[in-house]
Amino acid sequence: MPSWAPLSATELAERQRGLSEEQLQQRRIVNVNPETVTHVSATDIPGHWGPGQDDSWDIERFKQNLRFKFHQNKPYDSAFSLIGVDASIANAYRRILMSEIPTLAIEDVFIFDNTTIIQDEVLASRLGLIPLTGGQEALTWLRWYRKPPPKDDFASQATWPYDVDDNDADSATPNDHNTIVITLKVECRWATQAEDGRDGRRLAKEGETDPNERYVNSNIYAHQLVFEPQGDQAKHFSGENAIKPVNPDILIAKLRPGQRINLRCHCIKGIGMDHAKYSPVATASYRLLPDINITQPILGADAKKFQRCFPRGVIDLVKDGDSREEKAVVADPMKDTVSRECLRHDEFKDKVKLGRIRDHFIFSIESTGQFESDELFLDSVRLLRAKAERFNRHLTELEDGR
Amino acid sequence: MAQTDGDREMADVDATAGADANGTEGDSVREKQRLRLLPGSTDTAASFAFEKEDHTLGNALRYMIMKNPDVEFCGYSIPHPSETVMNLRIQTWDNVSVYDVLRRGLSDLAELCDVVEDKFTVARDEFNAAHPDRVAAK
Repeated sequence: MPSWAPLSATELAERQRGLSEEQLQQRRIVNVNPETVTHVSATDIPGHWGPGQDDSWDIERFKQNLRFKFHQNKPYDSAFSLIGVDASIANAYRRILMSEIPTLAIEDVFIFDNTTIIQDEVLASRLGLIPLTGGQEALTWLRWYRKPPPKDDFASQATWPYDVDDNDADSATPNDHNTIVITLKVECRWATQAEDGRDGRRLAKEGETDPNERYVNSNIYAHQLVFEPQGDQAKHFSGENAIKPVNPDILIAKLRPGQRINLRCHCIKGIGMDHAKYSPVATASYRLLPDINITQPILGADAKKFQRCFPRGVIDLVKDGDSREEKAVVADPMKDTVSRECLRHDEFKDKVKLGRIRDHFIFSIESTGQFESDELFLDSVRLLRAKAERFNRHLTELEDGR
Repeated sequence: MAQTDGDREMADVDATAGADANGTEGDSVREKQRLRLLPGSTDTAASFAFEKEDHTLGNALRYMIMKNPDVEFCGYSIPHPSETVMNLRIQTWDNVSVYDVLRRGLSDLAELCDVVEDKFTVARDEFNAAHPDRVAAK
């Protein structure tokens, strides 16, 4: 029957009462059927059920229902369950994580000399994508740099300095508060006996083909980038806090004797919305916890077969009390992939209900290395809060001006 | 210019988290008004334009406002993908002011984030204390 069908008298009477505990649990589940999904939308909106059910926002009730459960909290890879929020909120955190938390990345590359076969623009793009790290406090101390629009972009010129921060008049010029300078000056040459303890030319004659043996600086790696502190930066980015690539072994370019790279990079703070290189996360995603509901006991050989319909560890076999047969029970639904394999077999079709828990989000946040994953999630929460508060202020302004 | 998006928000975050080390941000923060009232609105049915906002705030705020029993309808849309504007429509029952509803939605959302932040911090610290290797036992 469609959801919009008229209610019978008994159903109407039911609507006058609130939802029972069982019904409250049932509406947390998205049903996954052999070919369809049902109960996809959240129904915790006032008026959805009837006058008997109070679904209005209540912070105390929210506090009681909200739960976090950590599965892993490595510095750059954390996984946890966020239980008891709506998808719209969880999704807002995920979106903020990917595109609105600011990080530092190379933005401008000034190339003085590049005689390698890798083109200037390709080299600049490669440099931009290198994840950088440094002292956490110092990174948050950095301010915004507003890049003036290109001279020939008249549309942007017309609105400039529309976007300039009123409170930071210097934001349009690079300075030690908003720009980090990194240089790279390398030249590839033949290895010599005097400097390197091996004669590259002689090795080559003898048939040596490994460029690392024949040449010096044939591979340029991220650790060869040199951070040059400017002004106040010497204080904030000293010692351990120095700006450096997260992974020292990122290959930037390959050179041959006589080829040179001499360039200077300006790194600024930016957000993932502008360019993916600013995204603080490699991935930030969530999935809903699978729910397996065995409605009738599955015993004996069937239980074994049932177990094999799922990834390892999802279903356990236990000895059933009376019949001494093996019985399938759900051990760890988190390992399930909701492949629906069990629904393809007639013997299980009516004995199991698959679903996902609507408000159980298994987050997985992989940081690129500039900030720690758990701090990133906290930042996303603070950012959403700041957004709400900002518009609260704007609303007051709007009402005053009305 | 999406870059401005994170700008003030991060300044706000710094202020609330006390992370603004050098404290150069002034007290009187001058902000560009990013909320507009669209024409044709009444006290109980209005559309607001949120500049430089998208689904992130749109959907979260829509949910918080729909949780209010005084609300007859709330929905948001992004009228054009290349304009960074998000429109939010609110209609209320019983002469309740849309402004009050929107304000409550925004403060509920901020309050929600406070709870999430607190609970997350507690859960994380407990987990780190119980699991020195930072991985839950399987």
